[in-house]
Amino acid sequence: MGKTLFEKIWESHIVVTKQNEPDLIYIDRHLVHEVTSPQAFDGLRMNNRKVRRPDLTIATMDHNVPTSDRSLPILDQTSAVQIKTLETNCKDFGIKLFDINSPNQGIVHVIGPQLGITLPGSTIVCGDSHTSTHGAFGALALGIGTSEVEHVLASQTLWLEKPKTFEVRVEGKRSNPHAVTAKDIILSIIKNIGTAGGTGTVIEYRGEGINDLSMDERMTICNMSIEGGARAGLIAPDQKTFDYLQDREYTPKNYESLVDSWKDTLKTDSDATFDKQFILDINDIAPQVSWGTNPGMTCDVDEPIPSPDEYSNGDANQKKGAEKALEYMDLKSGTMIEDIKIDRVFIGSCTNARLEDLIEASKIIQGQKVTSSVNAMVVPGSQMVKRQAEEMGLDKIFIDANFEWREAGCSMCLGMNPDILSPGERCASTSNRNFEGRQGNGGRTHLVSPVMAAAAAINGHFVDVRKLDLN
Amino acid sequence: MEPFENVKSIVTPLDKVNVDTDQIIPKQFLKLVQKSGFGKFLFFNWRYDENENMKSDFILNDPKYDGSKILVAGDNFGCGSSREHAVWALDDYGFSVIISSSFADIFFSNCFKNGILPISLESQIVEKLLQETSPIEIDLENQIIKTSSEDISFEINSHKKKILLEGLDDIAQTFQFEDKISEFEEKSTVPSVL
Repeated sequence: MGKTLFEKIWESHIVVTKQNEPDLIYIDRHLVHEVTSPQAFDGLRMNNRKVRRPDLTIATMDHNVPTSDRSLPILDQTSAVQIKTLETNCKDFGIKLFDINSPNQGIVHVIGPQLGITLPGSTIVCGDSHTSTHGAFGALALGIGTSEVEHVLASQTLWLEKPKTFEVRVEGKRSNPHAVTAKDIILSIIKNIGTAGGTGTVIEYRGEGINDLSMDERMTICNMSIEGGARAGLIAPDQKTFDYLQDREYTPKNYESLVDSWKDTLKTDSDATFDKQFILDINDIAPQVSWGTNPGMTCDVDEPIPSPDEYSNGDANQKKGAEKALEYMDLKSGTMIEDIKIDRVFIGSCTNARLEDLIEASKIIQGQKVTSSVNAMVVPGSQMVKRQAEEMGLDKIFIDANFEWREAGCSMCLGMNPDILSPGERCASTSNRNFEGRQGNGGRTHLVSPVMAAAAAINGHFVDVRKLDLN
Repeated sequence: MEPFENVKSIVTPLDKVNVDTDQIIPKQFLKLVQKSGFGKFLFFNWRYDENENMKSDFILNDPKYDGSKILVAGDNFGCGSSREHAVWALDDYGFSVIISSSFADIFFSNCFKNGILPISLESQIVEKLLQETSPIEIDLENQIIKTSSEDISFEINSHKKKILLEGLDDIAQTFQFEDKISEFEEKSTVPSVL
């Protein structure tokens, strides 16, 4: 019987296998950031261990870096200590660091692909759940905890139980791909499979709807695999993938021969079977807006907020969850999504802060102004994205519309730096999690695409971007 | 890691589904560079109001549950961020067993690295345990939960069980396979980054 892409990558990375025990899997790329690594380096020091393969490891600082003027000192002392600690650790253990002043600094999941560090068929780990992003290149990319970070630093391997396989097939064509985006596809998937729908599995996204997507869009899809509970998300590499990685700063010298080897092998065999399957038809899907406190609590922009009964489908615990979510969000069932007024707009994060995201959002706001009651910001995913956008003049479009134009980092996606919501503030956000307090204690997050966020900034409430002229 | 020993305690019932790691340990506490001392920040935004006064309606603030070592919660516990700080906070607060109808994968894996036993049970049994007021005992060796009225058996992967019972250091175990790792590296076709 044939094999899935996931199974092929897994099997080609087994170092040790024993029946009924986890496999020891080799890790080709380890990405490190300031928040989940200090305790791992401490562990190495305490046990007098070194980093086995510094040449397969890179680090950057993204989670708690300020996105304001980088020439100023970091005022938050605990953040400053954490950033300094990463610098010291990288120096002591010989790891390549893209520090706060590096032209390559940025969100770790944005810079990996941009620098050609992410490679098809490889195994990639990072102490961050959104590592699944790199799956867009046909890599098996897993988010891990700090103990596992230490394990990989020390041994370049991980003990892992083989996940099950989950085919998510995306069929059809979007009639207006500028209005209905990759974000809307992945939110629709999560709305349907649920936030635990992918638990214990690696999702492979397949079908016409996936093949049609650009690499930036595929990264948005794979990025949110974890929001569906999956261990990782994968898309088989194709010519778009190979072209994207060509001539990047760290693209391997023997790239062409690597591509030749990938072309034949890195795909799911036609007779392979998956443990689980879900099919989404995107011919008629609408822009999505989350209304609750997890990404599965999402509906179409032209729908009313569902009642807890409608949402929970008879599950008493889910119903209770929806009631609590509505209370936290200060929303009522039956309210039309387009009637929800917002205070803040955040265009950023590893989900939606790549160049195409900013280009699409800029089309909405060109020649317009952010409405006076809204505070809006753009935080490019990396300094490279920022430079590319500035070369295209996108910064001027955003600034003229009264958006703040910031330096790269995770920023308000998780609010570890000064970019946070105040209690009660409501935000249209292109990030990935609408958990309670995620963007600031008491803050209320609605997950949307970059174009939906941009349109909300202009109008002060959500609008159905399918009604706008986007072509 | 200390070997896991049998636990007897009352349960703290956290009757919520989809408890994410942002709730278990909010982001402002992720800036610390050590592993200890996170217990006081556990469920911080649920335990304290904006003036950092205790919220009387949150279960952990009920003195009845002081000293409880077993947390029982709804489906999909530990979803979201991979932050191991969530497990460090639960551990430091005093929990050594978490019972739910399902766990998110990364959280589940992080538990075993820190000597915490996550037990996955049928929803109906979890519902019953949420109501349990007498102490219960967790016997990992025999995979049994003893309540005042019955013995409930639970499943655990034998490898994971061994890790907890023996308090094994993962990395030291892996180093026994050093030759296999080197052998793999010699054959690997994936180039270095640098």
